[in-house]
Amino acid sequence: MIYDTIIIGGGVSGTAVARELSRYTGKLCVVERCEDVCCGTSKANSAIVHAGFDAKPGSLMAKLNVAGSKTMAALSRELDFPYRQIGSLVLCWDEAQRPQLEHLYRQGLENGVEGLEILSGDQVRAMEPHVTQNCVAALWAPSAGIVCPFGMTFALAENAARNGAEFRFDTTVTGLARADGLWQVQTDRGILQARTVVNAAGVYAARLHNLVSSHPLHITPRKGEYCLLDKQAGSHVSHTIFQLPGKLGKGVLVTPTVHGNLLLGPTATDIEDFEGVNTTAQGLEAVLRTAALSVDNLPTRQIITSFAGLRAHEDGHEFVLGEVSDAPGFFDCAGIESPGLSSAPAIGILLAEQVAAKLGLSRRADFVPTRKGIVNPAALSFKARQALVRDNPAYGQIICRCESVTEGEILDAIRRTPGARSLDGVKRRTRAGMGRCQGGFCAPRVLELLSRELGVPMDQLTKAGGGSRLIAGTNKDSV
Amino acid sequence: MQNYDLVIIGGGPAGLAAAVAARNAGIENLLILERDRELGGILNQCIHNGFGLHTFREELTGPEYAGRFIEQVQTLGIPYKLNTMVLDLAADKTITAMSREDGLFRLQPKAVILAMGCRERPRGALNIPGYRPAGIYTAGTAQRLVNMEGFLPGRKVVILGSGDIGLIMARRMTLEGAQVQVVAELMPYSGGLKRNIVQCLDDFGIPLKLSHTVVDIQGRERVEGITLARVENGKPVPGTEEHYDCDTLLLSCGLIPENELSRAAGVAISPVTNGPTVNESLETSIPGVFAAGNVLHVHDLVDYVSEEAAAAGRHAAALIRTGQQVSGRTLPIRCRDGVRYTVPTSIRPEALDPDGTVTLRFRVDGVYRDKRIVVLAGSQPIFSRKRPVLAPGEMETVQLKSRLILDCPDVGELTVKLEDA
Repeated sequence: MIYDTIIIGGGVSGTAVARELSRYTGKLCVVERCEDVCCGTSKANSAIVHAGFDAKPGSLMAKLNVAGSKTMAALSRELDFPYRQIGSLVLCWDEAQRPQLEHLYRQGLENGVEGLEILSGDQVRAMEPHVTQNCVAALWAPSAGIVCPFGMTFALAENAARNGAEFRFDTTVTGLARADGLWQVQTDRGILQARTVVNAAGVYAARLHNLVSSHPLHITPRKGEYCLLDKQAGSHVSHTIFQLPGKLGKGVLVTPTVHGNLLLGPTATDIEDFEGVNTTAQGLEAVLRTAALSVDNLPTRQIITSFAGLRAHEDGHEFVLGEVSDAPGFFDCAGIESPGLSSAPAIGILLAEQVAAKLGLSRRADFVPTRKGIVNPAALSFKARQALVRDNPAYGQIICRCESVTEGEILDAIRRTPGARSLDGVKRRTRAGMGRCQGGFCAPRVLELLSRELGVPMDQLTKAGGGSRLIAGTNKDSV
Repeated sequence: MQNYDLVIIGGGPAGLAAAVAARNAGIENLLILERDRELGGILNQCIHNGFGLHTFREELTGPEYAGRFIEQVQTLGIPYKLNTMVLDLAADKTITAMSREDGLFRLQPKAVILAMGCRERPRGALNIPGYRPAGIYTAGTAQRLVNMEGFLPGRKVVILGSGDIGLIMARRMTLEGAQVQVVAELMPYSGGLKRNIVQCLDDFGIPLKLSHTVVDIQGRERVEGITLARVENGKPVPGTEEHYDCDTLLLSCGLIPENELSRAAGVAISPVTNGPTVNESLETSIPGVFAAGNVLHVHDLVDYVSEEAAAAGRHAAALIRTGQQVSGRTLPIRCRDGVRYTVPTSIRPEALDPDGTVTLRFRVDGVYRDKRIVVLAGSQPIFSRKRPVLAPGEMETVQLKSRLILDCPDVGELTVKLEDA
């Protein structure tokens, strides 16, 4: 099998490219080292659709952020994933910092961000009563929003699969070579061949790039730690609250999530470990301390989980997109750090156009642009929900109590393509286990459903693929 | 909409006892809604013995104890629905519930008893740093896997928290072939019952490290180890870290009453217990909505859950029969000098049976020796009892003669406190 394009990496960028490229004729495959899409940077970030005032005018980051942000609402309707335009505030605590705020404002105008306004501290507190008294001004960006990064990535992946894209999971790329005019993508499961390759490997993108090019790229994993609070705390603020950006990024934010939780974070620490997604005592402490500078009375007793993600920070702090000059047919989609999630829709379009042009592909007539997400029964009217349960009683059986997730939703998550194969795969698709008890009650029930649907014994099932088995054996087998 | 006099949310020990008591008090038209596959609640996974010493004067396992009440429910013909989740409780007591068989439906009973029990505090709520691999379970989840499904969650185990389920699981995992290396407890005292420390740790040579906590979790896919450190003044002490190789971390760090439905209805919740504030009749801030068992406050012994829930059942029955709220004044109960909370939180003298008693349950906020429990009406002591030892892990109970309160018609409040003996 020779593919027209192999996309390495099933994060939000890789799946966005896959979805846009599936508009064209051509055989497409996404190769992902984990058991599911959305397992790296895409699963652990701020879940923000930035308005686009942070990036330097003229940069790819600026252009694609604004473009991505402008299409997000339409895309979320087309592909049925959770997105809400709630607006963001960048707080300024010191008159001396006002020039920085004004700089962001002008930069935003230059980048084409609409609706920007500088508000007084009192105006801010009228909008957000919990903002601290020392806030003297803020940049208001009404076009900013929040998105479910899992939902968005699954939507892109499912729509790509619906239009013919193939997905290979648990497959790690180990080498890249040119032979017979094709890219030989060496993996731990054999060699795959393709005319073009898109390198969307997140923090590993520089390593892959450097295998094929003599112009090296350098990416540093930049860790961000977060705390997530219970839905009871979700209305503590109603907009995304940033602080004036520092050297390592946009500072710690306080934001509601699309599912009604409250999210605090991230820190920004450059690390050497490409798998270093552990949280640290200092990091979590810093999140709480710094978030408290923006917002008073944070109900930190309602933290339900904490996590860390790695941003793929390229030395030049710019997206690296397009064909590598000394590696024909090899396209980078690298250095995708914030505003990567916001830019993903535009990144997908840009790279798909370039790859299609390179291959001389034409648009498919039978492309299906829409996708329906897993039904959320809680969003239905009483009558509609009654009808749903009548038609399919599995929607009458609650599995996850905290998030009220039914068996019907979980079965749908497992039966989709690509579908959930792990506990985390079910969790990210349905929210089962994402609530306040964090899977204490539902994990055994979800495992039963996975085991039954996939025909995999309980002791082979994993939390998140690989060696993350949940059950060690049966009672007394080691006595 | 179907109409019931009484709907009990939860078919665990509290719900069962409440239903039996309400039926025995003459309520015919009642219904138990249970979200799990069978009645009995958490008792079904508690296969160790030690239940029922107080209620039945014999030592039963959890399922046996539940069985006694399930039998009564069945003998009395009390209807119940299984696999039925209550999705919403409104302030007007409208219940929205759902099951595979019945679909989505609404009920509007005259009275509701909240008996939803509690859940365990998960890893995230403890904000333990480190990786998030497989192999981190709350003790209760592990208990369900081992005792109800026959699966061993891991082989080399560290337990954080010395709550009773953690202690029970230290023994249980050992008996199933796992190696339990240590139980660490953040506080300088155990949160569990003394008898469980002796029978589940000491008898198996499992060390209990007080004032210790987990400061790091290693392992990217499955837990590979954890780091413990000594704690002083609530903070880990640098230089005291000890590493343990393990594939499993069990958490027994506290139970949280499950009051999402109560909150949705607007029931006032105590920030101390995380359960509803209730009066002497175990009635919440919404008239006709009662609460009992672990949803009200976390108990140590199921016997007291049954006792409390039976009282709630009788009080609900009385309200349904008379259809009238008691009028008159309400005496708040203040907590002082070592007493963290009381259940109930207030007493209406008019609602008391003059020849009966009222039960006050409470916990203390630390370990105390040679104290007296004192109850004041206004500033006048009306009850006093010597206690050689009091600990947060052991609930205290005071039976107060109603007469003692009724004889003080002018006081505005009651106080429960500890004094030096």
